[in-house]
Amino acid sequence: MKVSLNVNGKSAELDVADPSTPLLYVLRNDLGLHGPRFGCGLGQCGACMVHVDGEPTFSCLLPVTAVADRKITTLEGLLVDGKPGKLQQAFIDEEAAQCGYCISGMVMQAQALLNRNAHPTDDEIRSHMAPNLCRCGTHVAIMRAIKRAAA
Amino acid sequence: MSLRRLGSFVVAAGILIILVAIWLVWHPAIAPTAESAAIPSDRTQIARGADLATIGNCSDCHTAAGRPPYAGGRAIPTPFGTIYASNLTPDRETGIGAWSEEAFRRAMHQGVDREGRNLYPAFPYDHFTFVTDEDVRSIYAFLMSRPAVANRIPANELDFPFNIRPIVAGWKLLFLRQTPLQPDPSKGEEWNRGRYLVEGLGHCGSCHTPRNVLGAEKKDNLYAGGVADGWNAPPLDASLVKAHQWSADQLAAYLSTGWHRQHGAAAGPMADVANNLGRVSPAEVHAIATYVASLSAGAKAVAPTLPAGGKVPAGQPAAVAALYDGACARCHNSRGDVGPSQALSLSLSTAVQGAGSANVVRTVMHGIQSYRTEGGPYMPGFDRMLSDAQIAALVQYVRARYSDQPQWTDVAAEIAKARQEGTQP
Repeated sequence: MKVSLNVNGKSAELDVADPSTPLLYVLRNDLGLHGPRFGCGLGQCGACMVHVDGEPTFSCLLPVTAVADRKITTLEGLLVDGKPGKLQQAFIDEEAAQCGYCISGMVMQAQALLNRNAHPTDDEIRSHMAPNLCRCGTHVAIMRAIKRAAA
Repeated sequence: MSLRRLGSFVVAAGILIILVAIWLVWHPAIAPTAESAAIPSDRTQIARGADLATIGNCSDCHTAAGRPPYAGGRAIPTPFGTIYASNLTPDRETGIGAWSEEAFRRAMHQGVDREGRNLYPAFPYDHFTFVTDEDVRSIYAFLMSRPAVANRIPANELDFPFNIRPIVAGWKLLFLRQTPLQPDPSKGEEWNRGRYLVEGLGHCGSCHTPRNVLGAEKKDNLYAGGVADGWNAPPLDASLVKAHQWSADQLAAYLSTGWHRQHGAAAGPMADVANNLGRVSPAEVHAIATYVASLSAGAKAVAPTLPAGGKVPAGQPAAVAALYDGACARCHNSRGDVGPSQALSLSLSTAVQGAGSANVVRTVMHGIQSYRTEGGPYMPGFDRMLSDAQIAALVQYVRARYSDQPQWTDVAAEIAKARQEGTQP
């Protein structure tokens, strides 16, 4: 089945065998975009998070055939001239990662917040970030990174 | 009759009507307690009051999102406008710190505040009037033991004429029955205990009984199903269409965990109820379950048994089947076992069998927020992942695959309503 996607501003034509294939698999396996991760596959952890039309979305639960021509942005799409964007740089500066598995999803979730609220309060950050899990306990550093990018 | 006699008759009747009206509307203020007055300190009584307040779900309405419990301020939408829940903490200025136990009891039983004003029946005193004086005393002791929170509550935003408080007296005359519940000797002690809790503090009928145009529960249609925060509160009587009959034991498990293997998960406002009942004595929950199960005794309305994987729905586009397989089937699998996050086959879901689509639409869009720390039902919300058209198609697909009921006609309207409400209805 032919599918056309718009990912990080570029068009891609693909052939998928199963129309229920998750967007995540296509991004990683067919397009080589390894920012989004497979965590739980159930929409519980947020490691797979990408933006679809600017909304943070679990790409593991969204069939590729349901995306149609909506705009997809992955972690790679946040680069500016090939360098980390402001929020990505803040994560680097705050060393807001331990194992790092959740971080792509954390950055995407936080970016969605900053896109519509440039200076969120601590409570707004906490409640917005609630769907994303980190098992290493890096939350304090992640909080610092988001606030640094919002400063 | 001479004109003069007629005149005095009219005057006398007028005075009588005014006196009756005053007698109905007017209640004396109850003096504020002295600032130095002792507050109840019996720990057993306070703990008992905490349990009772939890059974009464008091904090669900009397807590605003992200604010301290019982400090009030939550907007309660009604068909007549918005009412703001009052502050139940013992702050003397903005809460009930100056209320005596007598004033608190009058509010619970008669719907009158300390100053003597009629309270709107969004505060369910039509149920709380059945709560015994002793239980009222315990709840009072519990509330007075809590930290005082200064939180001034905004004025209600009610439409004319409902913004004229004294008309509540007329409502009470029509709908408030203060006769205490008499135990039914033909039923067991547990059933009678359950009835006391359900009809009184639990105020289950506030959501599960339909209301008339004046917002009062229809007494000739008890527990035939109502609405709560945009969700359908399913019937508790024999008219409920479900895959399995409810037993008291099953109901008790569902009420205290929010989930049962043969019935599904509590969502929306019922998730809050289950969260509360999970924290009170199992004996009380079982009593509630015993009474509620008796309301549907002898029910025939059991849906035909469908296979766990549902049936192959006719006339459904292939794209929707792919959407279901990719977005839903990972948890709601077709094998009939319990999927991740305690997901069940949708053939068991009461919501999928329901007359309206409100609950399925809201569950798909807003998910089920995890509310139990020790695991329990969870579902992600799809409102930002899917378009309205995709959600509508998915909801009708589920209806066709997992029930024998006709397609819903209210899906588009419910999606629009749910979008407007957001995740915090």
